[in-house]
Amino acid sequence: MRAFTQHQGIVAPMDRSNVDTDMIIPKQFLKSIKRTGFGPNLFDELRYLDEGKPDQDCSNRPLNPDFVLNQQRYKSASVLLARTNFGCGSSREHAPWALDDYGFRVIIAPSFADIFYNNCFKNGLLPIVLEEEVVDKLFRETEETEGYQLTVDLETKTVITPSGESFSFEVDDFRRHCLLNGLDDIGVTLEDAETIRAYESSRRKTAPWLFNAGN
Amino acid sequence: MAGKTLYDKLWDDHLVKQRDDGSALIYIDRQLLHEVTSPQAFEGLRLAGRKPWRVDANIATPDHNVPTTDRDKGIDGIVDPVSRTQVETLDKNCDEFGILEFKIKDQRQGIVHVIGPEQGATLPGMSIVCGDSHTSTHGAFGCLAHGIGTSEVEHVLATQCLVQKKMKNMLVRVNGTLGTGVTGKDVVLAIIGKIGTAGGTGYAIEFGGEAIRGLSMEGRMTICNMSIEAGARVGMVGVDDTTIEYVKGRPFSPEGETWDKAVEYWRTLHTDDDAVFDKVVELDGAAIQPQVSWGTSPEMVVGVDSAVPDPEKEADPIKREGIVRALKYMGLQPNQKITDIKLDRVFIGSCTNSRIEDLREAAAVVKGRKVAAGLKQAMVVPGSGLVKAQAEREGLDKVFIEAGLEWRDPGCSMCLAMNADKLGQGEHCASTSNRNFEGRQGFGGRTHLVSPAMAAAAAVTGHFIDVRELLN
Ligand code: SF4
Repeated sequence: MRAFTQHQGIVAPMDRSNVDTDMIIPKQFLKSIKRTGFGPNLFDELRYLDEGKPDQDCSNRPLNPDFVLNQQRYKSASVLLARTNFGCGSSREHAPWALDDYGFRVIIAPSFADIFYNNCFKNGLLPIVLEEEVVDKLFRETEETEGYQLTVDLETKTVITPSGESFSFEVDDFRRHCLLNGLDDIGVTLEDAETIRAYESSRRKTAPWLFNAGN
Repeated sequence: MAGKTLYDKLWDDHLVKQRDDGSALIYIDRQLLHEVTSPQAFEGLRLAGRKPWRVDANIATPDHNVPTTDRDKGIDGIVDPVSRTQVETLDKNCDEFGILEFKIKDQRQGIVHVIGPEQGATLPGMSIVCGDSHTSTHGAFGCLAHGIGTSEVEHVLATQCLVQKKMKNMLVRVNGTLGTGVTGKDVVLAIIGKIGTAGGTGYAIEFGGEAIRGLSMEGRMTICNMSIEAGARVGMVGVDDTTIEYVKGRPFSPEGETWDKAVEYWRTLHTDDDAVFDKVVELDGAAIQPQVSWGTSPEMVVGVDSAVPDPEKEADPIKREGIVRALKYMGLQPNQKITDIKLDRVFIGSCTNSRIEDLREAAAVVKGRKVAAGLKQAMVVPGSGLVKAQAEREGLDKVFIEAGLEWRDPGCSMCLAMNADKLGQGEHCASTSNRNFEGRQGFGGRTHLVSPAMAAAAAVTGHFIDVRELLN
């Protein structure tokens, strides 16, 4: 996995709460058996005026001029500013894949849905929870200043604004460690293979019905 | 020391290793796989040269992309080439790794969350995962069931463990008895209406109380299924006679002495009397009306006797904005009566409501009636090949067909419209599924979540109606 230490980038404001994963990447694009290539279809139904189809060239599709990512000033955004309960709904990991493929590295919101939050870390994407008032303030600043950028430092767990104001955020140690070092979760878990085997063999004795392959 | 909740017990029984940073390795007894969220996980295994840790803990079936007609053609019946590739990829992966799969032509094929319990592959006390957020369904059996992402699917394949942090405990207690015509679906929609779509975030929810105890396993599965719509990754109901009765004699259930031993253990799978929850929510079961969602989030739901809300009356600006946006998308007016909403299509199916009891409830309403003239389509999609066969033995298929509903083959179908079944732009659908997000059932489609009985009532009248008016 790609490591994440520090990132600085343009901020795009997504001003609605409960953005669900169907909205982030609609189901017709889940048919792919790859992990990449979802970027052009990120927020497909909000971004384009027509109905998107898989495997289609998106460069000539009619854009929705009202959608935030279609505005010139946010075109190269890599930090997404969002509202409460971002990423709710389906467990599809295609949602972080699409955000990543588009070029986002950081998502900041007052709260995230659990599965989505978790999925981000597995893909080198950093979800940051900041208090509602702070997020409000960042929304205001982003909208007021064209080219507004934030710096995110995972080492010190801070978000720094252009004026130098800094906000600290929480992230659990294991996830932070994996992200900082670009570690593969599976490799880390397999270091405990012996412990897993020991657990398994004691369960085989106490609860043999869990190992029934059916009849 | 205070007693343990059901979640505490399940957690402790599956804990392989507690790490210093608060995360833990949880052993997974069963993984269910389907074609949409597994290809990249198998690919990951191959790229890293890894093998599945325990092949027999996995069961696979294609469900999201399968067509609900012409099934005798098998994979060739899938018209969309991209969908077909996905189903073929699942077959190839399962064959390569030796994983048991109920393929498209197998009678045991169906929606993952229907076939697990049906096969007894979901047993009380198990930890279960699936790359699908509705895995919480299996919690109805007193299981620790998590919906997971594709990287986690790969992680479980490779290690048989899930990295998890323990969640907080929430109890949702539904007191009293439910009225006639009020089902598990109405209960869970009422719960989501009350606590909101993020109300359960960070919690494992246990559903308890007299009304829940009184429900069948099907009803309990419907409730646990939609835990995720309340923000909770895990939903559960404690084990009782109803649970054990349901599990008995299924293909993967234990027998003889092992059965007795299992039952003895299963009987301990309930919250201790002196256990403490971090949060308790109570509802009066007797006061729950048949529910209908009017908006684009499952929390936007009211009783059938109510009206669509008026944004003017909402004080919170973000919520007001949300209502305005939802009404615009849904093409509804503030204060419009729910019973005045006209429908274009009716869908009875999905992992929430496609089990035999759901179909019986719907059939009881349409029996001797006809689908309303204005409706473009009403369809019934059983949850599995075995549910379909059972329904046909009971003659339910004839009841539906005589009333003018279509009787289809099993799969996810119009729940998320990845196959050919979908809504047209602006069409209103009474749906027994679980999500009413924008575009969920088709581009521009308008979903109203209801119970099977309410969907059936809508099918024969062409608009929403309190099903109790038809039940006498
Ligand atoms: S029926 Fe719907 S919610 Fe259930 S697994 Fe299928 S697509 Fe997901």
